[in-house]
Amino acid sequence: MPNGKPYLDFEKPLEEIELKIEEMTAHAESEHLDMSAEIAVLNQRLEKVRQEIYTDLSAWQKVQIARHPQRPYTMDYIDLIVSDFIELHGDRLYRDDPAIIAGLGRIDGRPVVVIGQQKGRNTKENLHRNFGMAHPEGYRKALRLMKMAEKFRRPVVCLVDTPGAYPGIGSEERSVAEAIARNLFDMAQLRVPIVIAIIGEGASGGALGIGVGDTILMMEHAWYSVINPDSCSLILWRDREKKEVAAENMKISASDLVELGVVDRIVPEPLGGAHKDPNLAATNLKQAIVSAIEDLNRRSIDELVPSRIDKFARMGKWEE
Amino acid sequence: MNWFERLKSGIQTVVRRGMPENLYVKCARCHQMALRKHLESNAGICPNCGHHFRVHYKQFLDLILDTDTFEEVASNVRSTDALGFEDRIKYGDRIKEYGKRTGMQAAVCVGVGRIDGRAVGVGIHEFGFIGGSLGAAEGERISRLIDRCITDRLPLILICRSGGARMQESALALMQLAKINAKLTQLADARLPFISVLTDPTTAGVSASYALLGDVNIAEPNALIGFTGERITGSSVGEEELEALRQAQRAEKVLEHGFVDLVVPRTEMKQKLSHLLSLLGETAGV
Repeated sequence: MPNGKPYLDFEKPLEEIELKIEEMTAHAESEHLDMSAEIAVLNQRLEKVRQEIYTDLSAWQKVQIARHPQRPYTMDYIDLIVSDFIELHGDRLYRDDPAIIAGLGRIDGRPVVVIGQQKGRNTKENLHRNFGMAHPEGYRKALRLMKMAEKFRRPVVCLVDTPGAYPGIGSEERSVAEAIARNLFDMAQLRVPIVIAIIGEGASGGALGIGVGDTILMMEHAWYSVINPDSCSLILWRDREKKEVAAENMKISASDLVELGVVDRIVPEPLGGAHKDPNLAATNLKQAIVSAIEDLNRRSIDELVPSRIDKFARMGKWEE
Repeated sequence: MNWFERLKSGIQTVVRRGMPENLYVKCARCHQMALRKHLESNAGICPNCGHHFRVHYKQFLDLILDTDTFEEVASNVRSTDALGFEDRIKYGDRIKEYGKRTGMQAAVCVGVGRIDGRAVGVGIHEFGFIGGSLGAAEGERISRLIDRCITDRLPLILICRSGGARMQESALALMQLAKINAKLTQLADARLPFISVLTDPTTAGVSASYALLGDVNIAEPNALIGFTGERITGSSVGEEELEALRQAQRAEKVLEHGFVDLVVPRTEMKQKLSHLLSLLGETAGV
């Protein structure tokens, strides 16, 4: 298992067995013993425990997987899915925001515009990427690229992965709220197909700011909600430690969101999460994106735009 | 400090009988006491420092609409607990409790009315109903108001006073941002004016959807307007940074940065709306 580490707290039983297997293998090698039978038994147990742990994950465990430091980020998926990719920079108004990547490329030979939040893999990268928390410039760059997609009639693919839009002074002064709002407005009537994929964290307006589309895909262990469970815990329970209950209550998992009509399709992940096998995760994601684009391309844009507006207008539950 | 009662032991406090309750209100900004009846006759504005209190939505509508012209629509659309949400109390009970307290069944009230004789569609948040938060019922009410505006060719006025999207409705609340903005594109297609009035506070999900997208954005003086709501920032940043953030989120600063057109005292709001509508309302002129 090359990409398992670090282990999450609920994966401890797996860590123990894997450690044992490693020890036994090393021991067998150094002592020239044949311990293959014992190792096979352990491997069997490992598989069984793995199935048990991963088949019924709680909402908070999914949040942990979505935040796993080895989870594939936007750029990883672009590398694996998009050919001829060229990143473009800047919102033409203020600066370039490295927390959002936007560019041109091809998926399955088809020219597309790809946009997504980008997290950093380490401290240095995270300082550069601002932990995937975009300033207004990121959303304005995204919109600039969407308008370009409209001009050249390319579908837009947005990969959503953010703990939220950046809550800082510069962000307020240049109004990240207005930038997100403008994107929601313009994306509602953008005259090209838009495919959204929630690949990791989908927190609040920061996620939705590049999240309005015709088809909404969601990776199996991603989460999507009005606020992250940590802040929800603090605000509603006045306690930082209620995040697990908050996650459960907010119905943030892909299957819950399909039921609520917020998400159209779930993209399956390798057992234990996308980081266990990024290639497989990317293949699944690519397949889902390609099939969504093919479906949308069959419809005329004059039909697509009103049906996109209608899709969102139907969202929500109320009594009457 | 308590002005009307001695707390020191051994000193008898005379409690006068027949004094009405809540005679005075303390201003959150200048900390001076104001007579409640003075405050009410002054549009909920502190007579001492000009601070705009968060007034009840009906009082605000009375201030901007012609007398007895408001006619509520979609009042049967009510908030509901779609997720089975329970924090310290059940969301379903919260809805009932706030319903009892405010007489409302959702945090926004929408309808049609007149401003100096001109018909308008108007929607307003009531902060007393779960912080004026935006959930599915609120989104649906605003959507229907927009439909009504399009059908009857009315300009739209939305008066925001909200902490943002309602956490107890999670993603369904978040989707209301997209829903309302999608509907606003239809209003724009119909070339009908949209005036957004931002009052204290207009933050988070509401600022990130319709509040800042008016053809004209009007703020009340000193209103808190911004993306980051009060409790989140308070928890994650230092005091100095928080103070700077709060300053950047004041209506006057937001105007300076170019995101609202006007800062207008409540007492002049009707006149300003009327003025704008008279200039924007004409459909001819091309």
